[in-house]
Amino acid sequence: MKYLHLIWASLFRRKTRTILTLVSIVAAFLLFGLLDAVRTSFAEAGQSANGAQRLQTGSRLSFIQLLPQSLQARIAQVPGVKIVTYANWFGGAYQDPHNQVFSFAVAPNYLDVYPEMAVSDAERKTFDATRTGALVGEGLAQRFHWKVGDRIPMQSTIFPDRSGSKNWTFDVSGIIHSTDKKASGFFDQLLLLHWTYFDETTPYNRGQVGWYVTRVSDVNQADRVAKAIDALSANSDHETRTLTEQAATAAWMKQLADIGLIVSSIMGAVFFTLMLLAGNTMMQAVRERTGELAVLKTIGFTSTSVLAMVLVESVLLLVLGGVLGIALAEPLIPLISHASRGMLSLAPVGIGSWALGGALMLGIGVLVGALPAWSAMRLNIVDALARR
Amino acid sequence: MKIRVSLLLILLLVVVLVGWVLLPWQGALVLAALLAVWLAATRAGRRALSVAGVGISTLGQRLGASAVIVVGIAGVVGVLVAMLAMAEGYAETLRRTGSADSALVLRGASDAEVTSGLDRDSVVQIAQTPGIARDAKGEPLASPEVIVAANLPIKGGLADEEGSVQLRGVGPQAWAVRPQVRIVEGRRFTPGLRELIVGRGAVRQFAGLVPGHEIRLGSQMWMVAGVFASGDALESEIWADADIVAQTYERGSSRNSVTVRLADPNGFAAFKRALEANPQLKIEAMTTLDYFSKQSEGTTAVIRVIGIVVGAIMAVGAMFGALNTMFAAVAARAREIATLRAIGFAGLPVVVAILLETMLLALLGGILGGALAWLLFNGYAASTMAAGSVGKLSFELHVTAAVLWQGLKWALAIGFIGGLFPAARAATMPVTTALREL
Repeated sequence: MKYLHLIWASLFRRKTRTILTLVSIVAAFLLFGLLDAVRTSFAEAGQSANGAQRLQTGSRLSFIQLLPQSLQARIAQVPGVKIVTYANWFGGAYQDPHNQVFSFAVAPNYLDVYPEMAVSDAERKTFDATRTGALVGEGLAQRFHWKVGDRIPMQSTIFPDRSGSKNWTFDVSGIIHSTDKKASGFFDQLLLLHWTYFDETTPYNRGQVGWYVTRVSDVNQADRVAKAIDALSANSDHETRTLTEQAATAAWMKQLADIGLIVSSIMGAVFFTLMLLAGNTMMQAVRERTGELAVLKTIGFTSTSVLAMVLVESVLLLVLGGVLGIALAEPLIPLISHASRGMLSLAPVGIGSWALGGALMLGIGVLVGALPAWSAMRLNIVDALARR
Repeated sequence: MKIRVSLLLILLLVVVLVGWVLLPWQGALVLAALLAVWLAATRAGRRALSVAGVGISTLGQRLGASAVIVVGIAGVVGVLVAMLAMAEGYAETLRRTGSADSALVLRGASDAEVTSGLDRDSVVQIAQTPGIARDAKGEPLASPEVIVAANLPIKGGLADEEGSVQLRGVGPQAWAVRPQVRIVEGRRFTPGLRELIVGRGAVRQFAGLVPGHEIRLGSQMWMVAGVFASGDALESEIWADADIVAQTYERGSSRNSVTVRLADPNGFAAFKRALEANPQLKIEAMTTLDYFSKQSEGTTAVIRVIGIVVGAIMAVGAMFGALNTMFAAVAARAREIATLRAIGFAGLPVVVAILLETMLLALLGGILGGALAWLLFNGYAASTMAAGSVGKLSFELHVTAAVLWQGLKWALAIGFIGGLFPAARAATMPVTTALREL
């Protein structure tokens, strides 16, 4: 610790070089922070405490196949099921088909299964009483400037009404406030409408539902309950497949892309480059200071302490840049989530990312400093002072 | 003075970069030719060349530092080219699926086959519309099709892992409507039986798709009759008889879409007019080329934006690495450069020489990165849920000449910025100070 100021001084001996190297390290770790946020939000999607209690039941055949609504009563009787609700994909868009909105037609008790969505009692009451009512996420309402009481025209990209028109009208009855910060990007952009209104208006649904969501009373019983639900419809023409919310989300994400592979290949390329760059800087720094290091050794610094000082210097360089880079990623992540309009809800930089980033900083720092530190340790005082 | 130079440099940089981004490859060729003429024909040019020669001949002695520029830029170009190749491969696979001489007819206001639906009357009326090519027997080349999804076990996945594949029920004319589809193994399915043919891309992704074997979709067993190839997005699908699919999935006599082959390759406008003139039809018609190109737009843009953002952040890192190396190189040669200037060399040849050296290294990095991306990723198989479809689309990354050129442009831009500031310092440093420096 007492040598810290010495190390600091040698680090900033050549300001331009150190600052240019630092900027490169900052860029590398900024990228690491952003990509790791993408990776964790894909890997941890659906892994909340609330999500663990929920099971999703869809058609075994495919995700676009519908299920009979009569299944609700039968699922509700499976032991261990606390509450069961259902929903349909509505495929809504506002004004322009490109302005797609996550919109579900849901059963009256849908909100009871999702404590992540908070709606005030008064607004909930209005929603329940309004046939054409809709609940909208806070972010969505902001995006299109909707207020409670507005009549909003929506298009469905899938379902026409009985006259063949795909234009629907809803009354905004309330705003959904997300209580789960991690998944807020999704709930924030959601629009919920009544399943009954949906089913009565479009001739294409005929009393069917897209998927069931079940809340179990005991998380440890989730697997047993899932099997019992699937057993209800075994060998019928509407067989189901029940997964925990986490497994269902993970399977879906995996179909989109192998994010882990993409992220690790990019990071591999980035850190390989970074090692070469920081290594070069450290080599230059030690080569320049040959004389000074020899003087240090002459006045009694041991070879090991010279080795340690060079190593610490390179680790310090990496840690400075790395911490700055990840810290820079922090404010950027919510901005990106916001700009993607709910398509991508990135988790903020968590303990995991910091730990992994810290390990990388230390590891690369030691690796990069090893060779120059070794040559500093082996330095022969006479040769170095004579500049041979 | 110093501030004025810096401001001027930054202004110059912005102008140059904007021009560079807009420049097509022919323009770059002209620029390179002009530079070569200047270097060879004018006195200042020859001086710049000789100074650059000295710098380049000593690159070997600064191997580590020079490698920072080359490898740094190779990393940027490699990642950028790989991402752009992914976007390119995806867009190309979908674009190839369509052609200008076949058309797709959907329900009015539909923008994807899956969300469209046509009743029996409409299907019959569409097939009777003038403008559709006819076969030897006089039947119109129109294939009414049903699109559904099916879950299948993923190849190499966990025991319970399933992925979604698009199941297309096709009419008897489908083979004539889509001549690119050919059977590579086994035979076609028999109409009226619960039999399938599977695309090569689907075989690559899902387990159990072997001719002669039965697979289970929901509660029904289907026989795999053969494997087909088409070199486009259809390859990721599985096909069966439309009537059987509709019956199994309770679609009755309705169909999702009708795909037709046009009698005249330029006859789409007339065909569309004829459809719109029919008051009983409420439809949306487009050439299949338009349809599939439009489907690819969103995803392609997303992949491209991700590639450019990641590439840009990496480029910042590489740029500062290059600046670092070149500042060190200029500092090491400060005396030599000052001597040149003392004996009458102007600033310009010195600046050009240092820029040439940096951009040569950058070009090397760009070529290395592009070549690596080409070796590793050209033809690499990837898959994703395709927009407007209900199945996984399998496609190959395609490193095209345009993508490689884009990568080289980035490399040279990074090299230019990385060399400009050190070059300016070398040219503006007072000769007396530089000569005294060690």
